[in-house]
Amino acid sequence: MTADIAAILAIDGIATGAVYALVAIGTVLIFTVTRVIFIPFGDIAAFTALTLAALDAKQLPGTVGLVVVLACMATIMDVVSLARAGELRSVPKAVLGYLVLPLIVVGIVWLTMRFNPPMPVRIVLALLLIMPISPLLDRIVFRPIADASVLLLLTVSVALHFALVGLGLLFFGPEGVRTEPLTSMAIEIAGVHVSGQTVLILTAALVFSGLLFAFFDFTLIGKALRATALNRTGARLMGIRPARAGTIAYLLGSLMAGVSGVLIAPVNTIFYDSGFLLGLKAFVGAIIGGMTSYPGAALGAFGVGLLESFASFQSSTLKDVIVFSLLIPVLLWRSLASQHSEEEVEE
Amino acid sequence: MTLQQIRLVIAAAIACLVAAPFVLNPFSITLLNYIGIYSLAAIGLALLTGVGGIVSFGQAAFVGVAAYSTAWVTALNGYSPWLGLVLAVVLTCSIAAILGFVTLRLGGHFLSLSTVAWGLAIAFLFGNINGLGQHNGISGIPPISIGPIALVESKQIYFLIWAIVVAVLLLCYNLLDSRIGRAMRALRGGNTLVESLGISAFQIKLVTFVIAAFLGALSGWLYAHLGRFVSPGPFEAGMGIEYLMMAMVGGAGSVLGGVVGAAIVTLLKNTVQDYLPLIAKGASGQLEIVAFSALFILFLQRARQGIVPFLAGFLPDLKQSRPEVAEPLPLRDKPEPGTLLLKVREAQRRFGGLVAVNNVSFEVKSGEILGLIGPNGAGKTTMFNLLTGALRTNSGEIAFAGRSITRDQQFHIARAGISRTFQHVKLRPRMTLLDNVLLGTYSRTRTGLFAGALRLNQAEEASARYEALMQLERVGLGDKPFELAGNLPLGNQRVLEIARALAADPTLLVLDEPAAGLRRQEKLKLAELLRSLRAEHLTILLVEHDMEFVMSLVDRIVVLDFGSKLCEGEPAAIRSDARVQEAYLGGVA
Repeated sequence: MTADIAAILAIDGIATGAVYALVAIGTVLIFTVTRVIFIPFGDIAAFTALTLAALDAKQLPGTVGLVVVLACMATIMDVVSLARAGELRSVPKAVLGYLVLPLIVVGIVWLTMRFNPPMPVRIVLALLLIMPISPLLDRIVFRPIADASVLLLLTVSVALHFALVGLGLLFFGPEGVRTEPLTSMAIEIAGVHVSGQTVLILTAALVFSGLLFAFFDFTLIGKALRATALNRTGARLMGIRPARAGTIAYLLGSLMAGVSGVLIAPVNTIFYDSGFLLGLKAFVGAIIGGMTSYPGAALGAFGVGLLESFASFQSSTLKDVIVFSLLIPVLLWRSLASQHSEEEVEE
Repeated sequence: MTLQQIRLVIAAAIACLVAAPFVLNPFSITLLNYIGIYSLAAIGLALLTGVGGIVSFGQAAFVGVAAYSTAWVTALNGYSPWLGLVLAVVLTCSIAAILGFVTLRLGGHFLSLSTVAWGLAIAFLFGNINGLGQHNGISGIPPISIGPIALVESKQIYFLIWAIVVAVLLLCYNLLDSRIGRAMRALRGGNTLVESLGISAFQIKLVTFVIAAFLGALSGWLYAHLGRFVSPGPFEAGMGIEYLMMAMVGGAGSVLGGVVGAAIVTLLKNTVQDYLPLIAKGASGQLEIVAFSALFILFLQRARQGIVPFLAGFLPDLKQSRPEVAEPLPLRDKPEPGTLLLKVREAQRRFGGLVAVNNVSFEVKSGEILGLIGPNGAGKTTMFNLLTGALRTNSGEIAFAGRSITRDQQFHIARAGISRTFQHVKLRPRMTLLDNVLLGTYSRTRTGLFAGALRLNQAEEASARYEALMQLERVGLGDKPFELAGNLPLGNQRVLEIARALAADPTLLVLDEPAAGLRRQEKLKLAELLRSLRAEHLTILLVEHDMEFVMSLVDRIVVLDFGSKLCEGEPAAIRSDARVQEAYLGGVA
């Protein structure tokens, strides 16, 4: 391997790593606030790419159907549980949150599409359309078992991923998509060709993680989220509703995953089931960072991107084997590092 | 229900299984074959996940390793399927042992995540190794032959599959009712509990893990020779979660649940495949995954315990007979009363910036009762955790019976003769009183995995059961040995912990607040019990807040305050000590 090739691989790895980093940060966000290891984030990223491709092709994206179905299910569940608890006064609010808001988003997309919007608007539409999915899934799948063990939540999360892959095929079809490049510019850094897309990916990753840090440090909602992450009971005593904090976390996380989907769509061909590997690799990055640290997760994700890039140079067929095998030593190291953590007793 | 009736039910079930192929159509037999094969993998998971509490997403990978091993031996190299079985079992179990050795020290969800990782990595290998047919798979696998008979038809292999399933079920039931099996059932109570009984949690987890992989290997071997073809598809991550679903739907804590779960999932899948095309043409394959995942999620939300435990709740209780008098288990040599038994020198333990135990030194002499007292947060429980090995000291030295145990692992210390109870009771609530106390005899008994599964060491088991009953009677819980421990009131649960500790025949008994939650009469009885133990030269170290209880019972007292030793001496001297009064009541203004 020459220095040139190494440089190209490194740049490639960093670009991939940046995409993983966005998803990894979202994963950590959800895990700290809700204790759910949200495997389906990769699917959300893939669905964003598929949505964007459909918008590019002037078709109504399958996401619309998915959002409508999920919104109806979540509303029914919420209204039923409210009715059972005798809190009928809250029903209009539930209908507004779980049904009307998502439908408004769908309506906006449907209307805007008639005017052949330019690329940036289409990206915003795709992100808008993708954002309600995770909070709705949270309401349908995780809210009823919010107090279960991390292990049970993980099992449910893995099952949910498989459900989403199936729904993905149903709503998006089996064809792979690759969206048009966001930019055709290219620059040379120290004699190495760097595509504008790579620069864009890195910039976006930095900007969105920066925005997230700002949100956590400077807004009250951000602080409430941090409080919930630290101590759910304590946060509840302070008047923060963990369920609401969860919804916000899912919205933000989906945004991060959605952005990564937009960024990766022009580089890789995305299929309805491409999200699994994307999500899992981001997740490996998050684990390297210990599942609780945002900078750690981002760094870990970059590490995974680099490893994958160099591994695929050695053996393109075995790169995934290498990446996932790496997880085991990492887990061991993490587990040794957190010796004194209380063990979770199951019953 | 009596044992006789249960045997009748088992015999009837086996008779039905034998008769089935003569009555059913070929399609149903094929279905039953697959149910049997999936059952084996699911039983493995039921042991690992349900009994041992280790959620694994990687079972499909083990099934795959075995299926590919036998395919390689038979289809590609032309050897006998029986040689394929040998390689399948050896390879799968070796891989499991290595993976387990590396990952089983991981805690909770980290361990499960690692199963996702290696499950995926192994599944990727199947499709990418040259010489294993890559994504096309390996075809032309020969059928299994028994003597001159080749098991070609599904009717023929049916008998082999279900004979293996029935044998595995019986062996698993025997195993779970033996010494190693009880240790496996204790795993869910957490490492601290398991190791305090002299059981190496890591070793038992590894054994459970390899057994699960072994059952996966049997499943994979049969799978390859039933379908006569292997490809990467059936061993991917999706199948891993399907096995998990079988184990959990059937009732993860129960071995029979593996079979029931495999049957339900397989039949349901079959039905779904029949009806989904009527609803949505073309996309039925994907809808199947959606429907299945949705059902699984619903199940996990609503009915986590599973079907078999749910149904078992309706059955009349099994009438078990009380353990009979048997040869007693051998006793440990106790040191002479008055000699030095435990020596703690300058022990220190920090948690971050907090020094929970600060350079504490004291000694315990054989045959005495020493009380460790001090206000809340004084470091008493931390001290107990240090000398039982549940926590490591940062500095200082602890010696027991003349030997340093400072760096020993917890289960070694327990085996050396220190038994303990816990401030927050740690029992196995779904196990009977007798089984809980039997856990205490683990370090005094020898029966291994195979002897347990084959019921070879019944004499030792009878001795252990008799010993457990004796200890239950000694603490006054002997009237209902088959009651579930979780049904006892808290006070009696503490007493049950003492019985369990005594069953280990300890030299030093370490009791953390044994009288908390007891009523006055019960406290008096407990004090009487402890005195009688002292009369038998047992040494006792106890933490207790009830001063009347402590003062009337103990020989000497060590007082801790803010992690440091305040003073030590006889009860009367401690009672009048100004420093102790200040620590408990605040300074005299």
